[in-house]
Amino acid sequence: MNFNMKKHNIGVPFVSIILAMLVGAVAMLLAGYNPVSAYASFFDGIFSSPYLMGETIRQVTPLIFTGLAVAFAFRTGLFNIGAEGQFLVGQLAAVAVGIFFKLPFFLHIPLAILAAAIAGGLWGAIPGYLKAKRGVHEVITTIMMNWIAFILTNYLIRTYMKAESERSMDIQPTASISFEWLSDLFQGARIHLGIVIALLFAFLMYFLLWRTKQGFELRAVGSNSLAAKYAGMNVKRNIIKAMFISGALAGLGGASEGLGVYGYMTISSVFPGVGYDGIAVALIGSNTSIGVILGAILFGALTFGAQNMQMASDVPYEIIRIVIAFIIFFIASSDIAKSILGLLRKIPLRSRKGGA
Amino acid sequence: MKKVLFRFHTLLSVLLISALVLSACGAGGNSGNAKASNSGESGADTKKEERQIGMVTDASGVNDNSFNQGAWSGLQQLGETEKNVKVKYLESKSNADYETNVNNFVKQGWDLTYGIGFPLEEAIKKVSMANPDSNFAIIDSNLGGEIPANVVGVTFKEEQGSFLVGVIAGLTTKTNKVGFIGGMDSATINRFEIGFKAGVKTSNPDAEIATAYVGSFGAPDLGKQNAATMYDQGADIIFHASGGTGDGLFNEAIERKKAGKEVWVIGVDMDQSLRFGEEVTLTSMIKRVDNAVIQISKDFLEGNFQGGKEVQYGLNENGVSIADTSSVNVAADILERVTQYRQEIIDGKIVVPRTHDEFDKQFP
Repeated sequence: MNFNMKKHNIGVPFVSIILAMLVGAVAMLLAGYNPVSAYASFFDGIFSSPYLMGETIRQVTPLIFTGLAVAFAFRTGLFNIGAEGQFLVGQLAAVAVGIFFKLPFFLHIPLAILAAAIAGGLWGAIPGYLKAKRGVHEVITTIMMNWIAFILTNYLIRTYMKAESERSMDIQPTASISFEWLSDLFQGARIHLGIVIALLFAFLMYFLLWRTKQGFELRAVGSNSLAAKYAGMNVKRNIIKAMFISGALAGLGGASEGLGVYGYMTISSVFPGVGYDGIAVALIGSNTSIGVILGAILFGALTFGAQNMQMASDVPYEIIRIVIAFIIFFIASSDIAKSILGLLRKIPLRSRKGGA
Repeated sequence: MKKVLFRFHTLLSVLLISALVLSACGAGGNSGNAKASNSGESGADTKKEERQIGMVTDASGVNDNSFNQGAWSGLQQLGETEKNVKVKYLESKSNADYETNVNNFVKQGWDLTYGIGFPLEEAIKKVSMANPDSNFAIIDSNLGGEIPANVVGVTFKEEQGSFLVGVIAGLTTKTNKVGFIGGMDSATINRFEIGFKAGVKTSNPDAEIATAYVGSFGAPDLGKQNAATMYDQGADIIFHASGGTGDGLFNEAIERKKAGKEVWVIGVDMDQSLRFGEEVTLTSMIKRVDNAVIQISKDFLEGNFQGGKEVQYGLNENGVSIADTSSVNVAADILERVTQYRQEIIDGKIVVPRTHDEFDKQFP
């Protein structure tokens, strides 16, 4: 299997994480907190009980979807900043199907998920179309589409599906992918079937990109669109296709949140942020399926553990954002991590020589 | 080249080692210190009868210049004045954090947990039902009328305070046009709009009122844009209930003021003249979340917890008021009228409408 480990050997993210945590420790010291107890409570907040582990998985799940979405687009040479908006329309579509359809669960769940994938996919395909046919840069259009999605979903919830409070009505129980036995297994954590779907799609993405002709075309367009065109591939169609698939992946993330965690959708005043975090996850995972899963675990665990750090040692959440920012920084400027790896390799070598 | 690289390595190693050593020091000597200097806790006293009161912010964080900040300042005051009361806040960064943050307090055995803002409705509802022995309060919500016995729903009569600033706007405007900018089109924010409109119409029946809902509490660019449109259409006073979105309104007003235009802003939640200046801030409609939090907490500590009920804070309960600095820009005779209206509302002679329907009935 080719996970493209040539460019990013596994040591780079690892060293970057250690470095970033050290920077975080310095930041804590400067702000007058004790980094050792902070990190201790941080890890406590992720692993110390089944509830926390279940909630960590809950936090990780949407990041896998949005990470895959961004990574997939990257592979095709597209920078999809619109995962946020695609996530929202996907969530809305899934919740709407969950509310308004009355079906047995074995039809209801797939239909709601499919609706989310199509909605997210179309939302992604619009910037794809504009890029392919009109040459409008996708960074601009996807950001604009985020705002449209944000305001449109709020409007639709308020107009057509509002409950007593500031949210949509509840979905029918037949559409829910949250199961009591699973939650009970994790002491009532909001873990749900979404994680299985996420892992499934991570594999599907790997398979599509690396094991099919279509995937080869998409990657070819990504690495050199002129060469791909010269080889007789339809670059424009591939761009739209790639954006559709990317958007569908993000939309699935929305379905997983809507059907799994909440069972409704809130009228929100802020972006959920998972789409933007997905960009970082894709970067950490160097745009591979397995990398995205690991990146999402890292990102989700950091974000979730930070809450406990807040509770147990009063360290503000922002410190963990500093750590996250530095992880991204060190991975992006991977030379720093590489030079440290080089140094680490040299030390045992020298001592061996000295011993001889 | 090699030498340069080597130096870089040395530098990095020194940095790493010093960081490690520093952390180790921190672990050894600083632990007491770190606790004392931390801002999220005050009045810490480790006696057994210590009571613990926590609050969970909504996604706009604790320094939102608005009700999260107000609630925290209330809790801080409580932690300073009451003995054996420990207070703390947890910030939420997204909707998904609400439930885990509230759960965090409950699982650590805290006595009373506040959810600040209606976005926390679902989290408070769910966690309070799963933990009937813990107590909760939610600001700005009555949980749709079904309040569990271990929860107090705290709401404000925003329409009463907004009525008073509406009177000020109606009597101060020179163009006979005023505006209102709302964050999200929700029942709570509607009360600001409706009270304001009622105040304007009561004091100045001919005045026109423009309203706009931006759809977000964190979009100053949209706030600025909507403000510009309203000012261009002749409004000279704009009241907002839009959190951070209102920052854009203030910026627009400051720019126009500098260009010599006579425009005003009416602030919200806190005395916003302190932040944006008296040059543009006519007055502010203050929501005393701090008072409410202190009152509810004291009731709780004294064993008078009003679980299962909705407690409303209006003019009479000092839950809403106009800013103390209003006299700087508002004419004395207008303030006198405001004082009269205030008394009439408290006495029940004026019933300020709360919903669009009630408004339409009173002002057909």
